[in-house]
Amino acid sequence: MNPALQGVIIVVLAVAVCVGYFWSSNQILDRVIFPAKGEKAGQNINRANMVRPWLFLFPALLVLGVYLAYPVVETLRLSLTQRVGSGYEFVGFDNYVQMWNEPKFREALLNNMLWLVVVPAASTAFGLLAAQLTDRIGWGAVAKSLIFMPMAISFVGAAVIWKLVYDARPLGQDQIGILNAIYLGLGGDAPQTWLTIPFWNNFFLMAVLVWIQTGFAMVILSAALRGIPEETVEAAIVDGAGPLRVFFQIKVPQIMGTILVVWTTITVIVLKIFDIVYAMTNGQFETQVLANYMYDKLFRANDWGVGSAGAMVIMLLVTPILVWNVYNARKEMR
Amino acid sequence: MANLKLKDVEKSYGEVRVLSDINLEIEQGELVVFVGPSGCGKSTLLRMIAGLEKISGGTLEIDGRVVNDVPPAQRGIAMVFQSYALYPHMTVRDNMSFALKIAKKSKDEIEAAVAKAARILQLEPYLDRLPKALSGGQRQRVAIGRSIVRDPKVYLFDEPLSNLDAALRVATRIEIAQLKEAMPNSTMVYVTHDQVEAMTLASRIVVLAGGGISQVGAPLELYRKPENEFVARFIGSPAMNLMPGEITGTGAQTRVRLKHGGGEILSDYPSTEDDLGREVNVGIRPEDMQITEGEDYAFAGEVEIRESLGEVTLLYFREHEEGADQIIAKLPGIHPDNRGQHLRLTGAPDAVHIFANGRSLLYR
Ligand SMILES: Nc1ncnc2c1ncn2[C@@H]1O[C@H](COP(=O)(O)OP(=O)(O)O)[C@@H](O)[C@H]1O
Ligand SMILES: [Mg+2]
Repeated sequence: MNPALQGVIIVVLAVAVCVGYFWSSNQILDRVIFPAKGEKAGQNINRANMVRPWLFLFPALLVLGVYLAYPVVETLRLSLTQRVGSGYEFVGFDNYVQMWNEPKFREALLNNMLWLVVVPAASTAFGLLAAQLTDRIGWGAVAKSLIFMPMAISFVGAAVIWKLVYDARPLGQDQIGILNAIYLGLGGDAPQTWLTIPFWNNFFLMAVLVWIQTGFAMVILSAALRGIPEETVEAAIVDGAGPLRVFFQIKVPQIMGTILVVWTTITVIVLKIFDIVYAMTNGQFETQVLANYMYDKLFRANDWGVGSAGAMVIMLLVTPILVWNVYNARKEMR
Repeated sequence: MANLKLKDVEKSYGEVRVLSDINLEIEQGELVVFVGPSGCGKSTLLRMIAGLEKISGGTLEIDGRVVNDVPPAQRGIAMVFQSYALYPHMTVRDNMSFALKIAKKSKDEIEAAVAKAARILQLEPYLDRLPKALSGGQRQRVAIGRSIVRDPKVYLFDEPLSNLDAALRVATRIEIAQLKEAMPNSTMVYVTHDQVEAMTLASRIVVLAGGGISQVGAPLELYRKPENEFVARFIGSPAMNLMPGEITGTGAQTRVRLKHGGGEILSDYPSTEDDLGREVNVGIRPEDMQITEGEDYAFAGEVEIRESLGEVTLLYFREHEEGADQIIAKLPGIHPDNRGQHLRLTGAPDAVHIFANGRSLLYR
């Protein structure tokens, strides 16, 4: 069968099953278990209404349980064990200690911190700049779509595009990598293999994520900027504020909440960053990050203990930021 | 010397002309109120004076200097917005000192100016609060305070009371009047669509309509001698009754025979012999209407609705023809229920206005 047709059938079927579940479970609840008639009609209605939310939440809770809660618990358990022969044994925190003593892990941790500082800051700053500037010009809508476009590209796709940007050909050949083309055009002596220059190559990788996330930041911040009452800006102009002061002292403070939400949202993405590093350097040349480290251990070295320990570290780092992000987002919505 | 001078000022948005031929001089110390129906361009005119809106044509002078291209902050004006436009992330104190900080005033100077404004506006207990922790009236006062600290040549107010509830509006209106009294040398331009605000606050009223100035004058001048039918009906509530008629006698006083009345009535408006036979509208304010038994009356009709307010009674008469304005009489005191009765109404000669082609016979 044609895969497209197959896809359509599955979608239709899945929707039908969902509708069927919600409708029939509701019917059973109201007609069979707690019928709204007889002596206890009132009591039954109350009980049915108490059960109903759980009935409807059940599929979501089930899926979340199987695919989220269970893996977390299982990962935690695995991180405390190690393989012996065909079985395993409990080793306490040995995996964590071993991991901590590995230079590659420390490198990954440090690099992640670097990503954590640079990417959210740069994305939010560029996004804010783009939002402010595109609001002022006639073709702002077009500019916005262009800046937003990278959001639609998968991380791996973006990595491939940027690998070409950083590509290096031997001297004498045409440089297909735009960065080398510019570098040589400006008088550089020899093409550089950018991704192998330690420390700085981290920033070349970060550029990819900044490129993607700027669009996200711009869209959210642009909406927030439009929500600022125009009269506060006019009042500031009458008070003598110039454009920079209006922007930094009147506009930015009024959208601080939104800036925080954007910042933390990008932070969470950064902490989990994997695809870009995997596809571009695979952690070589001192560009390792936690998620790629975990993947290395888990699927290349087949060391599930240390790999799981790495996963736990990522989760521990993400959770507080996530909680704070949700808290801020809720506050914004009020 | 005129503090504020507008010469042939006009404003267009693209092809659309919203204001034209605005000529106006405002002296120092005046409180001038721009009044007019919604959408007539009051805010636009005020914002042009403030510098927030470009002037499409003509010149604007402040203290003898043409300021068409001078940025708002250097015009010596301060503006109070309808929505208050307080900076939500700054305390009351910071809101009031923002402009002074930008102007690089010394710390002591700023503190003194804020303290003085806070005292005048009774904002002292709230200086360290954020705007969201203030009531509507308090926010309004902060917005005014933000203007006062800058000690501007001209204060501009854009409907400053329209976001307040009725009781607070009256109280704040009185506060603004007192504020003006305390600062006799400052010039204020005040925009409103509310004629009560205009009548009570203004030293002069500018009535705007149809993209131009309809009449400029002291409040009672506008009430007593409206230049045209628009002003006649806009000032005063309920609006002046207009009734069609024909001039039958001219001279220092004018005689008019009314289409729906009986006999002829007399007006103190003068006319010339050329006016004989002219089709005019006679205007009598509801409060000037008198019930008469005589044979000379302006209007006769059946009482349809009666509203007793205690101090006055409003009588609404049945429309005598399709589309004509309803005639209203506002009589002092309490009247017995006279719905359905047929009454004759007239007005004393000094209360009878005459308009030909919409313009008063007094202004020709
Ligand atoms: N930015 C604008 N672009 C086009 N037309 C406008 C703009 N601002 C105001 N107008 C028009 O100018 C007229 C006067 O507006 P405004 O000064 O706000 O009236 P008012 O304050 O008297 O209610 C209105 O008809 C309005 O539609
Ligand atoms: Mg307005």
